[in-house]
Amino acid sequence: MEDTLRTLVERFDATGVDRRRDRLAFAIVPPDRLVDAVTWLRDLAGYRHLVLLTAVDRIEEGIFRLLYLLRAPEERADIGLHVDVPREGASMESIHHLWAAARVYQRELREMFGIDFPGSPEVDVSMILEGWDGPPPMRRDFDTRKYSEETFYPREGRETRDPAAHAAVTRYPADEQVKDEIRRVARENRTRGE
Amino acid sequence: MAELFCDARPQAVDPAANRVVRAFYNWAQANSLFILAFGTGCGAIELRPLFTARYDISRYGIMPRPTPRQSGLFIIGGYASIKTMKRIIRSYEQMQNPKFVMGLGSCTVNGGMYWDSYNTINRLDYYLPVDVYVAGCMPRPESLIAGFGRLKTLIREGRAEGANRYAENFDWYKANQKRIIKDWNMPEYNW
Amino acid sequence: MRYDESPGKTGRAANSPGPAPDPGAPPRAAVSRPPDPWPPVRGERPALDLDSGRYLKIWQGPQHPGSTGNMALELTLEGDVVVDCRTHVGYLHRGFEKLMERRRFIQCFPIVCRICVPEPDFNEYLFAAATEELAGIAIPERARWIRALTLELTRIASLTMGLGGQAGAFGLGTVGQWAVAHRDFVLDLFEELSGHRIYHMYIIPGGVRDDLPEGFAGRIEDVLGKIETLVGDIERVMFANAVFKARARGLGRIPPEWIEFFGVTGTTARAAGVRRDVRRDAPYLVYDELAFEPIVGTRSDVYERSLLRKEEILLAVRLVREILARMPRGPVRERLPNPLHWRIPAGETYVRAESGRGEYGYYLVADGTAYPRRVCVRGASYTHAMALLEELAVGVSVADVAGLMASLQTCPPEIER
Repeated sequence: MEDTLRTLVERFDATGVDRRRDRLAFAIVPPDRLVDAVTWLRDLAGYRHLVLLTAVDRIEEGIFRLLYLLRAPEERADIGLHVDVPREGASMESIHHLWAAARVYQRELREMFGIDFPGSPEVDVSMILEGWDGPPPMRRDFDTRKYSEETFYPREGRETRDPAAHAAVTRYPADEQVKDEIRRVARENRTRGE
Repeated sequence: MAELFCDARPQAVDPAANRVVRAFYNWAQANSLFILAFGTGCGAIELRPLFTARYDISRYGIMPRPTPRQSGLFIIGGYASIKTMKRIIRSYEQMQNPKFVMGLGSCTVNGGMYWDSYNTINRLDYYLPVDVYVAGCMPRPESLIAGFGRLKTLIREGRAEGANRYAENFDWYKANQKRIIKDWNMPEYNW
Repeated sequence: MRYDESPGKTGRAANSPGPAPDPGAPPRAAVSRPPDPWPPVRGERPALDLDSGRYLKIWQGPQHPGSTGNMALELTLEGDVVVDCRTHVGYLHRGFEKLMERRRFIQCFPIVCRICVPEPDFNEYLFAAATEELAGIAIPERARWIRALTLELTRIASLTMGLGGQAGAFGLGTVGQWAVAHRDFVLDLFEELSGHRIYHMYIIPGGVRDDLPEGFAGRIEDVLGKIETLVGDIERVMFANAVFKARARGLGRIPPEWIEFFGVTGTTARAAGVRRDVRRDAPYLVYDELAFEPIVGTRSDVYERSLLRKEEILLAVRLVREILARMPRGPVRERLPNPLHWRIPAGETYVRAESGRGEYGYYLVADGTAYPRRVCVRGASYTHAMALLEELAVGVSVADVAGLMASLQTCPPEIER
């Protein structure tokens, strides 16, 4: 695994190697080297099993961070390759020719995040949603609760409480009493001071 | 293709004029509830034990049927996503009178666990006429049996008129359905 | 041309739609494939002239008693042979990954188990394990044993029902009845343990919610005896049954070289002769202390997969006994910080477990707030049900499609989450 990581850094311009466990590491590669790196990992380094392909929306930085998680069955190690693509017009090279499973992951990413994979089979066919006209729902700037309240009919009488405020009243009523007491004493002191 | 599809609106059926005949009809309907085997959500997993030796729902004259044409009771098993909702409505409209709907689980009552999800409906009775709700997540098979008992009582009293409600308020139900189902992807309906 | 250039641009022959398979020919899966570097890419569909009157397009599902759940197969038939299959999912999408982003870590705990209905505990365990790893919580020794016990009991329940479904798909309704009825005995144990039959919400971050009840081990032993009797009966009724043999042998053969290409894991991969079991390859909880070997088959057809699942029920029974015998005493729960202010330091991790259907994984990203940044669930049947089933169904008789689907143990709720 260490040799593999070294090769990734030297030959595929990987940066920011993060060893999470002794057999799980993450690294960031530039988007134009990703397919090279993944192909090398699959065919020559023994990382033949595509565990998952997903994305994280880092809206503050304006990027999607894709994760290609590969596993080497013999070495029993996992390497996750991160790729940063800009959120605007997000697009990434497809790897459907390396794993059939990637086709499905890419369809899902296209639908849920709006990341395009040109050339991937049926990538534009909607997979999970049907007749969806909103933004890609997994993006951070899509508010699911607001959408739900506008679209569906919430049943009146259902209470939804903010956990912190609710706990302050139910779990720590003593605290509230003590606070009231302090406030009362403070008020009395103030009035006495006058 | 369009000529293969029915474009008639559902019609409300008046109960039999004769009181004795009406009571007989209701008694007969209450004692042969055929469930449509469509596991729309989690609820499907607690329906399976009902048909096996332990709970044995056949005792109550209830059995699963594979097609909507043979069924009289539609159990909406939990949350209904928008995509499933379209199939639920199609299945329900294919069912023949008398037909009843049972909402199973909290999701059909008020959204349950998924009250803030963008893809699941919050309350079923805006889209289909619900006769009985069984609350819980998941309701136990015993709760379901209790729900069946309640439904039978309603049918015998002549109060389970969901199919007629659907026919009478058809435009309202359709408007609600079309609000969430943007892509009907079905042959033209004339309503 | 770069060597990794996508074949779609180079127009390789493997990518061009071949002629429609001859119905008399053996199933396509049995044909040997070119070796690995250039496996088939079935991007385009076979060019079928649907107006020719030769073909019939039918939908199996979502309202179909023979499908494994709420999912649909769009089958194009020639006679009764499938010439093209497309899987459609999304009927059960609730957007869990989105919902978790707006719930605190402890609020995610009750909803994760609802991702997969037959095997909820794997979700609970993996979510707990991922949060513990990022938050640096070490759980007590006894909690690890109890967790393993829970997971193995879940495996028994899920595999038993899966076996019943497999038999039911081939018309052996009796086995289906027995299996579901016996699963109830396991669910009774869960109810005693956690208060609920299906969604146990028992494996909480930091350990488990409570200790085992008094005399629980004896009641587990009673149920295990019943399960063993059931497996003996199933052997005689199902695996020795001529009809089942005739229909399941040779159906849905997965060549070993497909395993990597389609990302197949679990029993489906082991039936193809690939020795791969997360419990052995990446031991979690207490599996490195237990004595067992992955059960590997060779023939890789539906019969073999069912046989392996039956063996795995017995293996799980053995493991439960061993866990009960060796379980240490002690506390079962590590105190969590105040859940309202529980922040997890920024980081990412991936944890996996061997569920009854294959590798189940959670990828968790925390960003230092009280809410998870991203949770991605790697459902075990994600690739089985979508890409692989489309390949396997070609050349199969329409009557066997349900059995094929059940043999891959597809579980729709975990595909679309």
